[in-house]
Amino acid sequence: MRLRLLIAAIVLLTGISLIACEREERGFRVQTPDTNRVNNKQLVDLQAGQPSKTPDTPNDYENNAQALADGKQLFQQMNCTGCHAHGGGSIGPALMDDKWIYGNRPEQIFSTIVEGRPNGMPSFRGKLPDYKVWQLAAYVRSLSGQAPSHAAPGRDDDLQVGKPENSQDKKKPQNSTASKSAEAPQ
Amino acid sequence: MPASEDGQWTMPAKNVQNTRFSGLNQINTSNVGQLKVAWTFSTGVDRGQEAAPIVVGDTMYVVSPYPNILYALDLKNNGAQKWKYDPHPQQASPGVACCDTVNRGAVFDNGKVFINTLDGNTCAVDAATGKELWKTKLGDINQGETITMAPLVVKGKVIVGNAGGEFGVRGWIAALDEDTGKVAWKAYSAGPDTDALIGPDFHPFYAMDQGKDLGVTSWPPDQWKLGGGTVWGWVSYDPDTDLLYYGTGNPGVWNPELRPGDNKWGSTIFARKPDTGAAVWAYQLNPHDLYDHDEVNENLVIDLPINGETRKVIIHPGRNGFMYVMDRTTGQVLSATSYVYETAAKGVDLQSGRLIPNKDKEPKTNQVVREICPASPGAKDWQPTAYSPQTGLVYIPHQNLCMDYEGVDANYIAGTPYVGANTKFYAGPGGNRGFFTAWDPIHNAPAWQIKENFPVWSGTVVTAGDVAFYGTMDGWFKAVNAKSGELLWQFKTGSGIIGQPVTYKGPDGKQYVAILSGIGGWPGALVSGDLDPDDDTAAGGWGAGLRDLKDATTKGGTLYVFSLP
Ligand code: HEC
Repeated sequence: MRLRLLIAAIVLLTGISLIACEREERGFRVQTPDTNRVNNKQLVDLQAGQPSKTPDTPNDYENNAQALADGKQLFQQMNCTGCHAHGGGSIGPALMDDKWIYGNRPEQIFSTIVEGRPNGMPSFRGKLPDYKVWQLAAYVRSLSGQAPSHAAPGRDDDLQVGKPENSQDKKKPQNSTASKSAEAPQ
Repeated sequence: MPASEDGQWTMPAKNVQNTRFSGLNQINTSNVGQLKVAWTFSTGVDRGQEAAPIVVGDTMYVVSPYPNILYALDLKNNGAQKWKYDPHPQQASPGVACCDTVNRGAVFDNGKVFINTLDGNTCAVDAATGKELWKTKLGDINQGETITMAPLVVKGKVIVGNAGGEFGVRGWIAALDEDTGKVAWKAYSAGPDTDALIGPDFHPFYAMDQGKDLGVTSWPPDQWKLGGGTVWGWVSYDPDTDLLYYGTGNPGVWNPELRPGDNKWGSTIFARKPDTGAAVWAYQLNPHDLYDHDEVNENLVIDLPINGETRKVIIHPGRNGFMYVMDRTTGQVLSATSYVYETAAKGVDLQSGRLIPNKDKEPKTNQVVREICPASPGAKDWQPTAYSPQTGLVYIPHQNLCMDYEGVDANYIAGTPYVGANTKFYAGPGGNRGFFTAWDPIHNAPAWQIKENFPVWSGTVVTAGDVAFYGTMDGWFKAVNAKSGELLWQFKTGSGIIGQPVTYKGPDGKQYVAILSGIGGWPGALVSGDLDPDDDTAAGGWGAGLRDLKDATTKGGTLYVFSLP
């Protein structure tokens, strides 16, 4: 009996360390994106004057399994789930669909979380260090399949609520024409 | 027509007893089939329309969901707009509204119209001009407080309570002077007796509800400060006993493992004196609530012949699935009969008054418990019932739902949800998610029952013409024979119906029936909030339960008024 337990433990441990190695390859020591650049991105297609191309701020956390897993935990701990459920939305809009009011780029999601949004998205300014906000932003994008499936979280032990993040179809982000979650101010 | 019937509809529940019975009988079982649209009105908001339009003289008053615009409509001119009043609620308030940005209606008294706003204000408006007379701020959205309930006016006091049970707020009920808006009294649900206005007048019927400061001692230390017990449902009043009756919402944080104890006074019916707020009795329906079973549902004040004796009772269709008939003078439960499929509880012990929970269905942290019936929205949620003294039946719009429930950790951050549970709902036995039931409160059994595909989330009205009206979430407005349940007429409105039908006599002497159409509310947020039902927990569990709703209806916000040709 004891032996069997021991063997099981060894098998389990090797399994875990194998997975761990693989994860390290997927993006060890990720650079936190430059927070100074979050205000670079315009929200709309239409621009006054000559359109100028603003560079994207990539979020390397999107390729990092550990960061996405941390983002997922934060999504629960910071009560994002209370308002957005597991991506399908409830008080706040769905985050797993293709519609975006305030933009789907990592730096736009960063701004949404830190600044809040007018129709009821609270500002989390001062609640989280920047790197955790980037982890959250990476996880938010994984809900609509924007993170690579090798890095996005798989099935977990909780109540099954739909497809896990790593098997979400990659949705093509669209601008939402109107606020989805609340009445437009009159 | 009873002498007391003046043809008006001055408060959402029709009368302080909350019976929603109209003595009008021009429209009746033989002619209701000919109802036609007389006129319509758009509220300008396409979120869930739960309000009852009210009628005073030749004016109708309708309040929209957030931003809570109050309209006065001219009944002498097909509902043309007379004036509108915009209370300018805070733009962030929808963020802390758990279940869509609904408002359950305005109330009229003494030349004034009173409304509550989502951001926690009560406003008094001159009924003739629409001029604001006073506005009193009662709730704070940064604590997660909103107000969605319809006020009740009793003896010159406007009775109001808060919402926010999913945000760890402290629930309260308050009375405001109708002329000045000054708070006359305010009673919290959880906390010390002094905060709950529990004093020498307090005589609860059952031992479990007797003792000092139970609102503190039935909680882990300090948890009562996040204790919920909000008052977002219906308040009724009995002029005979001079008592207000209302129920409180779920205790704070859903996951029950995080709050050992009875958690008083969550899920409790209170009887209070309207003048002082002093509690006279309390009865906790769900000690240590396990499932978000708020008990804010209406308490119908009626007298019933029981065992050869006329008893002064309240009838409370419990969210927990039991139909309570209670002595309204003492708070004694005379009967509590299950009216839906029930696995969560085995019954109510009439000796101790205690609900008997089913141990197998108790939620656990990080464990999924399946087939809990009724689900969190209960056997019946906010949608109000009606009682006809002619048929002796109670008309109940309600649902047939079970759920899977997983408790998880909860982290209190003010102004964000404080729940600690993952839930998904699905149809109970039979597969129909809704019922419209006519209940015989003397024999404690259904007289007849209509199955509906979707939960019946609208209110109902019953008339002296023996017709009952209700609406469906896919937009059908229906008239049924109050005696038999036979469908007599139906009309397809533009959007799903979750509102409260009313009926009144117009200035032309004709009887009209009015209903707001506009999907939303807790289940309908899937459509009004454009949620994604690929997530079973969308809208707190309705993703699983109403995956097909987005294919059945679209957003709206239109009042329909019907009459005979
Ligand atoms: C109290 C409720 C609430 C909480 C808590 C909350 N949100 Fe929101 N969120 C909203 C609402 C409401 C909106 C829509 C705001 C608007 O339309 O102006 C929103 C919008 C968003 C958006 C923008 C969606 C779009 O289409 O552009 C993102 C991204 C988002 N939230 C992420 C989060 C994250 C991450 C968290 C946790 C850190 C969180 N939210 C916590 C209510 C909430």
